[in-house]
Amino acid sequence: MTLAPEADESELRAVFEATIERHDRIEPRDWMPEAYRKTVIRQVAQHAHSEIIGMQPEGNWITRAPSLRRKAILLAKVQDEAGHGLYLYSACETLGVSRLELTEMLINGKQKYSSIFNYPTLSYADVGTIGWLVDGAAICNQVPLCRTSYGPYGRSMIRICKEESFHQRQGYELLATMMRGTDEQREMVQESVNRFWWPALMMFGPPDDDSPNTAQSMAWGIKRNTNDDLRQRMVDMTVPQAKALGVTLPDPELRWNEERQSHDFGSPDWDEFKDVITGNGPCNTQRIAHRRRAHEDGAWVREAAMAFAARGAEA
Amino acid sequence: MSHTPDPSHLPDHDSVYDGLLGGDDSQWAFGTDFEDPLAGVDTTVPDGVDTHELATYCLMLADDALVMSHRLSQWCSNAPDLEEDIALANIALDLLGQARLLLARAAAADPSVVPALPAGSPVPPEDALAFFRGDREFRNVRLVETDNGDFAVTIARLLLFSTWRLALLQRLAASRDHVLSAVAIKGVKEMTYHRDYAGRWFLTLARGTEESRRRLIAGLEATWPLRAELFTTHPVELAVAGSGVGVDPSTVADEVDVLLEQVFSMSGVDRPDIAPLAGVRGETGRDGLHTEAFSRLLAEMQVVARAHPMGSW
Repeated sequence: MTLAPEADESELRAVFEATIERHDRIEPRDWMPEAYRKTVIRQVAQHAHSEIIGMQPEGNWITRAPSLRRKAILLAKVQDEAGHGLYLYSACETLGVSRLELTEMLINGKQKYSSIFNYPTLSYADVGTIGWLVDGAAICNQVPLCRTSYGPYGRSMIRICKEESFHQRQGYELLATMMRGTDEQREMVQESVNRFWWPALMMFGPPDDDSPNTAQSMAWGIKRNTNDDLRQRMVDMTVPQAKALGVTLPDPELRWNEERQSHDFGSPDWDEFKDVITGNGPCNTQRIAHRRRAHEDGAWVREAAMAFAARGAEA
Repeated sequence: MSHTPDPSHLPDHDSVYDGLLGGDDSQWAFGTDFEDPLAGVDTTVPDGVDTHELATYCLMLADDALVMSHRLSQWCSNAPDLEEDIALANIALDLLGQARLLLARAAAADPSVVPALPAGSPVPPEDALAFFRGDREFRNVRLVETDNGDFAVTIARLLLFSTWRLALLQRLAASRDHVLSAVAIKGVKEMTYHRDYAGRWFLTLARGTEESRRRLIAGLEATWPLRAELFTTHPVELAVAGSGVGVDPSTVADEVDVLLEQVFSMSGVDRPDIAPLAGVRGETGRDGLHTEAFSRLLAEMQVVARAHPMGSW
């Protein structure tokens, strides 16, 4: 919708607020407060970066996949993540920032990505655990975002969530198959779940009383549930799945609370979380160095493509 | 302002969690157990065809695809841009699919080519062949196994490989063996895209910047010595061509040459004048004689599978 140039900011703001109020979408050409634009860019970019950095820990096992069927599944999955990154960078570009700028902000440490990818993948079971727990946690975070207020982001999320839920099932199915295999394979699965359980719960972000951006993001309809709500939902969902799989979750405080009709559970190690998000996790340096190397090594190819296209345009 | 439906009325996607615990296998896209990839296909070997020769020929075609796929998959998360990451993964997936069918065909034609595993091992034949053969038992050409190098080397190799394999599969579509014919018909569509992708990038790099041109020519020169082997006929290839199930690669040499000349001329690149890489005592990739890079590639590819010969994946 076009507005006369003299429309003053308070009118524009009123239209914006009304759109949010109706749970309708904000579209790229609509007026939006600068702070809203910045917040959406921050969140979508962080999500896009997570997809791209997330290719590394799983990509780590493509060349070592223990069966050709698993190799095909894993390669296709990591390729999907590149696709998710692509849609999300495109959604972000509708807000006036280019993929190149975003990539540079990532490799210069000015924008973040999900802390989970700063953990190493140490066995093939991790491919399954990442699918089950990490993609599971990501879906908990992302499903509500299909209804987020910024249109291009919400629409990307619908497709992404469908693919993520597919990945989650593939991960669970890998673990279920391994659990039916040898003792060594069962140990491998349990060991992997032990390492990823707490980091997966940390994916929902800090506890609500320590999450400075939550209130504004919820008011704007960018975020739809608090971190602690989503964390609880993840625990409640996962407990029966773990039981069916035959693995234990490494939390001595985990038990059913009849009164709350929910599970009580322990607290993640928030000191470790702070270490990881401030750059000192097991793989932070490695992940960024990998991304930087790929970006810099590819510069001459991107320049060649631009030069070739420009020459075609002249001809 | 958008006129999309009120998003609060959209279906609740939370339901994706439902059914994760259901006993119904139909929810799994790939099924929950390994299935014979040739299930339902007539795998009878045509009259007059030596089963061991047919199986060995299938291994040659399978190993070319499997090893090339491995190299391409190493670009994952390393490509110059996201579009290229996705495209190279696609090509790797196509070749992996071809390899799986061809390995299964080899095993069905002559089970004696499949390495023996401990009694009761659930490892299916395609995986036994991929993960439990030693380097001397692999029959791929050496072109596909050397390190990726930079993007220009990868593109030059992909151009040489895809023009050759497309020509082979086009002829193989007429194979008397129903399985090989079906694999070839499917593969032709895939290889046509791979060749198109490689050709477009070859031209782009040749006519892009000075640096890209320099790198492309270096990449072409690095891969060229491995090209002659593609058109050298192995006795097994001659035999299966004779019995009407395979293709003698020397018969596609002229056709592939004409195609390459077209790409070179559009790109303003001279055809390299470099001698073919020698073999050892006359043996090359088809005989199981490989480069130093290959056993390292296999060590990586096979490490998990070999640690769990009784494992189910």
